[in-house]
Amino acid sequence: MAETLDRDAAALADRAGELASEAQRLAAEAADLANRAAQSDASATDPVLFGLTVFALACFVGYYVVWKVTPALHAPLMSVANAISGVVVLGAMIAAGPAIFGVSKLLGFVAVVVASVNIFGGFIITQRMLQMFRKKDG
Amino acid sequence: MEASIASFAYLVAAICFILGIRGLASPETARQGNWIAIAGMAIAIGATLLRPQIATFELVLGGIVIGGAIGTVIALRVKITDLPQLVAIFNSLVGLAAVLIAAAALESPSLYGIPISGGLATHSLVEIMASTAIGAVTFTGSVVAFAKLQGLMRSAPITFTGQRAVNAFVGLIVLMAALAFAGWGTAGLFWALALAALVWGVLVVIPIGGADMPVVISVLNSASGWASCGIGFTLDNPLMIITGALVGASGAILSYIMCRGMNRSLAHVLLGGFGGETEGPVADAADRGPVKAGNADDAAFMLRNAGSAVIVPGYGMAVAQAQHALREMVDLLEGEGVRVRYAIHPVAGRMPGHMNVLLAEANVPYDKVVEMEAINRDFPSTDVAFVIGANDITNPSARNDASSPIYGMPVLEVDRARMVMFVKRSMASGYAGVDNPLFFNENTMMLFGDAKAMCEGIIKSLE
Repeated sequence: MAETLDRDAAALADRAGELASEAQRLAAEAADLANRAAQSDASATDPVLFGLTVFALACFVGYYVVWKVTPALHAPLMSVANAISGVVVLGAMIAAGPAIFGVSKLLGFVAVVVASVNIFGGFIITQRMLQMFRKKDG
Repeated sequence: MEASIASFAYLVAAICFILGIRGLASPETARQGNWIAIAGMAIAIGATLLRPQIATFELVLGGIVIGGAIGTVIALRVKITDLPQLVAIFNSLVGLAAVLIAAAALESPSLYGIPISGGLATHSLVEIMASTAIGAVTFTGSVVAFAKLQGLMRSAPITFTGQRAVNAFVGLIVLMAALAFAGWGTAGLFWALALAALVWGVLVVIPIGGADMPVVISVLNSASGWASCGIGFTLDNPLMIITGALVGASGAILSYIMCRGMNRSLAHVLLGGFGGETEGPVADAADRGPVKAGNADDAAFMLRNAGSAVIVPGYGMAVAQAQHALREMVDLLEGEGVRVRYAIHPVAGRMPGHMNVLLAEANVPYDKVVEMEAINRDFPSTDVAFVIGANDITNPSARNDASSPIYGMPVLEVDRARMVMFVKRSMASGYAGVDNPLFFNENTMMLFGDAKAMCEGIIKSLE
């Protein structure tokens, strides 16, 4: 009776030991996987690929949103597109911003002026047009 | 930290721009959408002002104030009839800004955090190259479109012998300069590319005629979007990439809709030369039989006794500035119990949606303005179709004469109405140089004269 119990206990201990080493191997593998995932994360932030991802998704959004625009408002669509294209002002601001004066600062300044014409002009003319679209008189 | 704040602000701004365009799905939500887009732009500019690259604010804020003031004055003063020109000039400014920013990025790449170990990376050069080429073509192409629309330049196609060969040759120079720049990336090659693209922009737009302007403006609008997209790639700015893609997609879809409205391919429009004075033989009107001409009193009598009428406005109405007189005329008719609606063809006017805005400006409620597909069903039950300053877009040859140059173009089926009135200056053919057999129909009445004067005459008679 005690003999069989001892044997069982020994077998159990063996199994436990096996399990422990298995768990260790798994943990090591998991760590390796996590490591590899982290590495592939680093490659996903490649700016060109990231830009292309954003670009492709934005094209789809643009496609579906623009088809929903009512034909009656195609003219305001164009002028609001002009206005938001003025967002290139963000790039122009950075060129115009540094403390040292140089060619790029001058180029940036001119670009800020040009893009701002678009932003203000585009939004205001769009608003002017949209004010006119009324259901009833007055 | 600042970089994260800026990135988050750009994400918010991008969502605002998308919602702004989404608002245009209906006139009820459009104004709110515009305000959301304005808020997005303010957030984006505000977040950029906080970035450490901006060490001095004089030129940045000064530029925004100067440009903003110019834009505000222009947008408040411009006449709504001059809208196509305004959009053309705004397209050109985006192109110009793209070229300037690309030049700045090439001059001081470190400003934008572009790595410069041993010269710029090829992908940076390709991005700068693309935004410069597209931006420069957009710039000069739009300036030419503006000049044509504003009447500073003949709006008819400007053609010369060997034009296509010259355009192809200059296009090839653009391509070679682009490849050379992507390879060596010198400032000299950059300016060579910019110059060639500027010249090419002029060359491709001059042979395109006035009535094809809706397509040209849409294409240039699209191009301005792709140019800002390119700048977004150069500067690694996702907001510019998203916005550029939205604008590019919008312009591309409008180009497609305009081409479909004329049943012509984009290539056919852009190769130009269509609609010149020398275009096709115009059938002699005399051998088509007599036309029935009427005066304002006849028209007033018929209109007053009609149960329903559909007004078909065209670019001629805009040229004659007749929209306000037209609306007064319609008011009187509605007072007499006539049901009046307006039918809009997609390519009526000089830009997408041009007629809708002109009618809206004349206080025509938008729910009385109906798109072509929706109104065509109703012509058989319409008493009078009143065509004012339009021609080709009503021509039944497009449906039933396979030999006609405009065969297959979708048209407003005014010939199915019980009676058709044409307000026209003369029997001259329309832009496509095609005769309109409808003029000789029994139930057609020609009202010869200036569109505005004719409406005023009808008003007088109705009163």
